[in-house]
Amino acid sequence: MATIQENIAAKFPQATFEEADVLQINIPDAQLHDLAKTLRDEYGYDYLITIVGIDRVECLGAIYFLSNTKTNQEISIQVTTTDRQNPVITSIADLWSIATIYEREVYDFYGIIFLNNPDMRRLFLSIDWVGYPLRKDYDNGPDSNPVTLEAEPQSDDTHVYTRGEDGKIVCTEKPIFAKNDFVVNIGPQHPATHGVLRFRTAVDGETIKKIDVYMGYIHRGVEKLCENLQYMQTLHFMDRLDYFSAHNYHHGLCMCIERAAGIEVPRRAQVIRVLMDELSRIASHCLFFGTYCMDLGATTMLFYTLRVREQILDIMKKTCGARMTFNYDCIGGVMADLDPDFVKDVKALLATIPANIKEYNKIFTGNVIAEGRLEKMGIMTRQQAIDWSVTGPSGRASGWACDVRKTHPYSIYPEIQFDEIVMTEGDSMARFKARLLEMEQSAHIIEQLIDNIPEGDYLAKVPKVLKLPQGHWFQLVEGCRGVFGVYIESDGGTQPVRMKFVTPSLNLAAVVDEITSGNKIADLITIAGSLDYIVPDMDR
Amino acid sequence: MESTFDFSKITCWFNDLLLGWGLAPWLVTTIECILVGVGLLLLYALLALFYIYFERKVCAAFQCRLGPNRVGPFGLLQSFADMFKILIKELIHLNHIDRFLFALAPYLVIIASMMAFAVLPWGPGLQIIDFNIGIFFLIAVSSIGVLGILLAGWSSNNKFTLIGAMRSGAQMISYELSIGLSVITMVAFAGTMNVNEIVLAQDRCWFIFAGHVPAFIAFVIYLIAGTAETNRGPFDLPEAESELTAGYHTEYSGIHFGFFYLAEYLNLFIVGGVAALLFFGGWMPFHIPGWEGFNHVMNYIPGVVWFIGKAVVISFIIIWFKWTFPRLRIDQLLKLEWKYLLPINLFNLALMVVIILTGFYIH
Repeated sequence: MATIQENIAAKFPQATFEEADVLQINIPDAQLHDLAKTLRDEYGYDYLITIVGIDRVECLGAIYFLSNTKTNQEISIQVTTTDRQNPVITSIADLWSIATIYEREVYDFYGIIFLNNPDMRRLFLSIDWVGYPLRKDYDNGPDSNPVTLEAEPQSDDTHVYTRGEDGKIVCTEKPIFAKNDFVVNIGPQHPATHGVLRFRTAVDGETIKKIDVYMGYIHRGVEKLCENLQYMQTLHFMDRLDYFSAHNYHHGLCMCIERAAGIEVPRRAQVIRVLMDELSRIASHCLFFGTYCMDLGATTMLFYTLRVREQILDIMKKTCGARMTFNYDCIGGVMADLDPDFVKDVKALLATIPANIKEYNKIFTGNVIAEGRLEKMGIMTRQQAIDWSVTGPSGRASGWACDVRKTHPYSIYPEIQFDEIVMTEGDSMARFKARLLEMEQSAHIIEQLIDNIPEGDYLAKVPKVLKLPQGHWFQLVEGCRGVFGVYIESDGGTQPVRMKFVTPSLNLAAVVDEITSGNKIADLITIAGSLDYIVPDMDR
Repeated sequence: MESTFDFSKITCWFNDLLLGWGLAPWLVTTIECILVGVGLLLLYALLALFYIYFERKVCAAFQCRLGPNRVGPFGLLQSFADMFKILIKELIHLNHIDRFLFALAPYLVIIASMMAFAVLPWGPGLQIIDFNIGIFFLIAVSSIGVLGILLAGWSSNNKFTLIGAMRSGAQMISYELSIGLSVITMVAFAGTMNVNEIVLAQDRCWFIFAGHVPAFIAFVIYLIAGTAETNRGPFDLPEAESELTAGYHTEYSGIHFGFFYLAEYLNLFIVGGVAALLFFGGWMPFHIPGWEGFNHVMNYIPGVVWFIGKAVVISFIIIWFKWTFPRLRIDQLLKLEWKYLLPINLFNLALMVVIILTGFYIH
């Protein structure tokens, strides 16, 4: 790390460095693009994890988290601007495709305009929204954005901001679709969008020309809500992002807070957390198989996969007291001890999984129609996966080893034997199979742990009102659909100044346009389904 | 055949009775037509209700569920309840549609399937109309259905329904070829288009056995094409709900939707019935040449039971398809028809002709 820091310091004299858990480079806006390009091309930081918008009252800004896909080291760049009226930062959308979406999110919440971003629209909020909600001076009174009975205004245009020759910012309007495009509106209420998501799809006959993903219908402003809650109170939101990875997300947020507060988690709690994570993963993948096959018309498969999922939910219900919103992991451990039947039930589950996987392969994977529809369909190359930061099974099916359990081993994962499933085909079938294989691996992890759950406390002693020291922390965990990240910034109080959740589904939805163009409209369902995004996860 | 009850005795007796009362022949025909029509409507409704129940139970069994089991014993009254519900539902009036065509479309679909009923051989003498081009008539009227679907999609003034209808049109016209060719193969084998004669020709041995290899190939193709023709999975693209919400009938409500729904189930029965007629002897009981005692016992089972039984078994296979396979894509669907089924079918027709000419079949 030191060498990179020295090299960067030599090349960019204006850069200042800040050692946190991730090395942070502070750079003026003018050199951001050069620095990002240098980091990407010369130092291999080719994976843009997220862009975190920040409002420090005296300045607005953005923090870019980058990762090196070979060494798995992180680095962050911070850019700030003191102009609160017209904050402007140079876009890096030409370096990372996903930055287009990330920058739109920052623009949506902080009003920071990214110069040269090809699509500077709001991402989640409606286009007539007044104000930028995550700014500290945002007026959240009911009068500024009254609930209206009018239909939400729609626009077929987007904006591009560029710097003119005289140094002034020029805004140009650009249509999203070509003039004579036949645009079919798929969603927000549509069976194949798996939630309230809208694809504006330009088609030529049955062939897709372009898809404009329109999200935000169920955006709840979780990040904003967290800023007014104590750390303990922020946890339950994790059940409401990707509700199938609830345990994993809880795990991530808890770990981030525990690391910041210096809390040691008892070993028993750590084992329980990992067990729950892996059980969630099996349940989540089961649901994916079922709903995906149902999208493709094979309804019966849904019931075969729900059989396993039901068994897992019953196990969860006994221990956590709920089937969906568990709220089980808490700061310092887990909420309650395991149910007395837990070990017995999990063993019964493990016994049924191989037979079930065999059956899934028999009814669907080996089916000639399924092969015809999935193979070579929606191919995403490794380069594309990294460019769009598509993680999880979808990224790994494209040959990108991005499993956080391996790249940044956390909790007790370093002690466990399991294989990271990496496939090279990158098509829908690979994404399907990757999940089947991951399910086997998760079962394998549970097998290793189930007889070795240590005795002891399941919850460490944690103060009732938790204060984090001043600073910021960044934590990654592996959700069921990809990398889940938590960024916490604290001023030393009981409430976070900024909490940012990096969710995989945003990227999965963003990449849909890239890999579906040129395919048939029926393949939109095949491809988007195989990515397995969850709408509340992208909308947060 | 002596033990099989001939239903024509009753119809002839009834005809004579009316004429005996001194009624004019045109009046007799009118009365008989009305009675047949009422009977047909009743049968139509009952069959549809049976099929809805049957499919729900079969699909439930495949999916580790119970299916309807609350309304009536074994849920038998569930279909009646659903039927009643759909009858009293509001017909939602839409703006910006072609009202006349929109209202006409479901009737076209249902008329097409009802007319096909006219030539099905329900039992000995139990056939509404028996004439020398029965099979030809059947194929002709069943093609009217696609017109209704196209109109439904077009008149709804909705992008989804339009795409659904276009798909449906492409699909049904393509698979009509396969159905037609496999039917022609069997007609060539039978040497007649008269439905009753086709059935009687299978007195000794059903065509699927008598015609062995080409008959079997024709049956398989017929079954695939028939599934496509009825818009059922894995060929249910016109109403692929994950892509097109409900396809061509997205905008329909109440009994208008019900008509499409009924027609789908009745077409299932018709496909099963025609397969039974062409390959499994229609109402003809199962006979094995030479086993006179066995054949005699078989004759005691009424022809109606044989016919409906065969049709239901074949439609069970089609239902089985639906609840097992994922859906094809439109280009794969058309490729299957034009690149595989059609050439195989043409070859099969030639093979059948060779077999007929050489006499290499079970006489």
